[in-house]
Amino acid sequence: MHTRTAGDSLFPALEPLLEQVSKPIQYVGGELNSTVKDWDCGGDVTVRWALMYPDAYEVGVPNQGSMILYEVLNERPDVLAERTYAVWPDMEALMRADAVPQFTVDAHRAVGDFDVLGISFSTELGYTNLLTALDLAGIPLHARDRRDGDTIVIAGGHAAFNPETIADFVDAAIIGDGEEAVLMVSDHIAAWKSEGMPGGRRELLLRLARTGGVYVPEFYDVTYLPDGRIQRIAPTEHGVPWRVSKHTVMDLDAWPYPKQPLVPLAESVHERMSVEIFRGCTRGCRFCQAGMITRPVRERSITGIGEMVEKGLAATGFEEVGLLSLSSADHSEIADLTKGLADRYEGTQTGLSLPSTRVDAFNIDLANELTRNGRRSGLTFAPEGGSERIRKVINKMVTEEDLITTVSAAYGAGWRNVKLYFMCGLPTETDEDVLQIAELAKRVIETGREVSGRKDIRCTVSIGGFVPKAHTPFQWVGQLSAEDTDARLEKLRNAIRADRRFGSSIGFRYHDGKPGIVEGLLSRGDRRVGAVIEQVWRDGGRFDGWSEHFSYDLWMASADTVFGASEWPIDVDWYTTRDREESEFLPWDVIDSGLDKEWLWQDWLDSLDETEVDDCRWTPCFDCGVCPQFGTEIEIGPTGKTLLPLTVLGAGKAAMAEAHTHA
Amino acid sequence: MARRTPEGPPPPLAVQKLRIRYAKRGRLRFSSTRDFARALERALRRAGVPMAFSAGFHPHPKISYANAAPTGTASEAEYFEISVTERVDPEAVRVALDEALPPDLDVLEVVQAGPGSLAERLEASVWRLEMRGVTVETLAYAVERFLEVEVAEVTRMFKTGAKTFDVRSAVVSMVATESEDASCAILQMVVRHTTPSVRPDDILTALHAVTELKPPVPPLVTRLAQGPLLTAAAGVADPLAADKEAVGS
Repeated sequence: MHTRTAGDSLFPALEPLLEQVSKPIQYVGGELNSTVKDWDCGGDVTVRWALMYPDAYEVGVPNQGSMILYEVLNERPDVLAERTYAVWPDMEALMRADAVPQFTVDAHRAVGDFDVLGISFSTELGYTNLLTALDLAGIPLHARDRRDGDTIVIAGGHAAFNPETIADFVDAAIIGDGEEAVLMVSDHIAAWKSEGMPGGRRELLLRLARTGGVYVPEFYDVTYLPDGRIQRIAPTEHGVPWRVSKHTVMDLDAWPYPKQPLVPLAESVHERMSVEIFRGCTRGCRFCQAGMITRPVRERSITGIGEMVEKGLAATGFEEVGLLSLSSADHSEIADLTKGLADRYEGTQTGLSLPSTRVDAFNIDLANELTRNGRRSGLTFAPEGGSERIRKVINKMVTEEDLITTVSAAYGAGWRNVKLYFMCGLPTETDEDVLQIAELAKRVIETGREVSGRKDIRCTVSIGGFVPKAHTPFQWVGQLSAEDTDARLEKLRNAIRADRRFGSSIGFRYHDGKPGIVEGLLSRGDRRVGAVIEQVWRDGGRFDGWSEHFSYDLWMASADTVFGASEWPIDVDWYTTRDREESEFLPWDVIDSGLDKEWLWQDWLDSLDETEVDDCRWTPCFDCGVCPQFGTEIEIGPTGKTLLPLTVLGAGKAAMAEAHTHA
Repeated sequence: MARRTPEGPPPPLAVQKLRIRYAKRGRLRFSSTRDFARALERALRRAGVPMAFSAGFHPHPKISYANAAPTGTASEAEYFEISVTERVDPEAVRVALDEALPPDLDVLEVVQAGPGSLAERLEASVWRLEMRGVTVETLAYAVERFLEVEVAEVTRMFKTGAKTFDVRSAVVSMVATESEDASCAILQMVVRHTTPSVRPDDILTALHAVTELKPPVPPLVTRLAQGPLLTAAAGVADPLAADKEAVGS
């Protein structure tokens, strides 16, 4: 490397490489609403964050969480935040050849120049990309090898609810909502800098750990039983808590981010603007980690949403707005909201969409409202389980009649394709439960042909393998093996294909069971799994979320090598397909998500009994533990307010109108 | 059940067509035609340009692009046309649209379209290549050799497979000159628009084949102008001249 001053742009070194890579636009930055600040914007106490979404730019750039933190941090005058993404293998090879380090896309600064590298893990399959970024950045791979002056690596996102798997590589993990947490961490860094950085990075990490809201793996000691199970995870430093609490932002209206969503030039996986209408979900689906770890429900008000949509569209020019949440139709004022927005944007060529809809005829009304004059192509529903019985096991309270009524309303309203999402490998599942999906799909087509009077309606069945996750009632359960998953899906596929009357109207999409096993290993792993990740990465593992890059064999071979050399009788099956007992110390027990472990176990027992549990928004509290633990409560409407008509778009037209002096 | 059709009145008719020249500069030379189209549609919405849309369930803004420069090349002369539903002041549109597009995508001229096709006027381009790490002597020698040959074939991959075509006949003129920077020579050329289109990198490939010229780093390529080919001066004319004249009359 040439001598470089911290914060200098790497663009001159990068530019020749851009001529030689695919989709160079992803590396150049300059997106509308992106921010470049002076490297010393806060003087000596400037706090500098490199924010990484560890996947390709096209996946990372629309990520809401990263966008929110980027904006929240940059609004602070003494803090700067820039973004970095996983580079594709063609770029990685050129960067290595020319010694160009991992860079941010905003000002093309070296990631290793920043104080903090914050990485948001939506999925565990981004772990190998973390290692590529660290290595390219020149940051030691292992937290224990980092020294004063090295960038501090902090993980966040849903996968960080079990940070133990990546304990070797991260200095800290922040659990839960990031908005306030990143500012808290920035304050600590600024204070530590202004004091002259006493005690170096160790002191800073200790200060963060002592807040009770930052998990620092190096301050915890893990001991194991001879059979490989964890005996306990204990803090090693005074003042470091036994369990680290998640962060919860209570008033979403006070945090209307992103205010200025990024508009990339490159194509991304979400070509729309998203507005989060509420956070959290108490439907209680037992497989759903997102629903469990984001409690309680906190709604944004109808007027707050209206304002975000209006300002966001003005700032971006997007042609579509997605109303985002875990179950959008559950917003207490969703009907007024969709009607109000549809009225406001009528005739402006602005599309509105409602992802994550329930199986409920009410949703069809909402969807119809949002597509008043638009195309009605596909609607997606997620019954998740094929049989009535398995839906009780997972607490997805949908009956077959609900589903038939709903799809009947959809086809009747002119929708042509209904997509149904299911899972395979759910606890207690048998072949029979999965084969029931074929029966359901046939009834859907039969009903659709009846109500629409058309033969060309379609139903697409999409199936993903179930992966048990931390902090859910299924956290103890053995995962279905890849072989069994594949065998079950094969039977289902044959059952659908074999049907002469309806088979040709039913599409079938599924993924094989192999990636799910790796995801399972990583999501319920402990710090002994880190060596497997590293081995896979050293042998070329990258972009594990992409089927063309993912290699199951590489993961299994690496796991055999690493676990085979360990002192415990552990292997991939031990982490994935093994049933745990209630008393087992789980790696993520160091993280307090608010959910009582006893309640989770009780909910697991209820699941085995096929006992359903209602939503606490409409029924009494069932003591999951979250609200009392953090002093939070459900924050929902209705507010009783409505969206007033508004001249929302085209305000610039007046200035552009031709002066009437034309002859 | 009958097929749904959009309710309400048909979309407003276009009353005016505008022709627009823009530049693609700096790091945004790495944007592709599709990247630009996405950015433009959003900028038009943000700027509040009263765009005309096609009818149907999935209306599209009426925009037509003409002969965009390849990804990785900069340009001072890219063109597109839009149709609007209310008469607008072209200069006000230029200012608003320039403001709404990201820096380095700069709107240079907006004129009301006169009669005739814009695409047909784009007969040739003037290209400027900054050949970094090449001396002007080396380049001048290569140019001389290249201009001597009658045919220079190159092979490029297309969606339909590899195709071999002549690039020499498309080159109207080619000159090597010095640059202010001694480590760099300038190759300027006028290239006729043909099918398949001869791109600057095709010509570099041909130069390499004919003369062994191989720049150590990829050159910076800029399209300086495109328009009707001027036979005598071996340059191109302003393709919007006819439109400006029509408005002036």
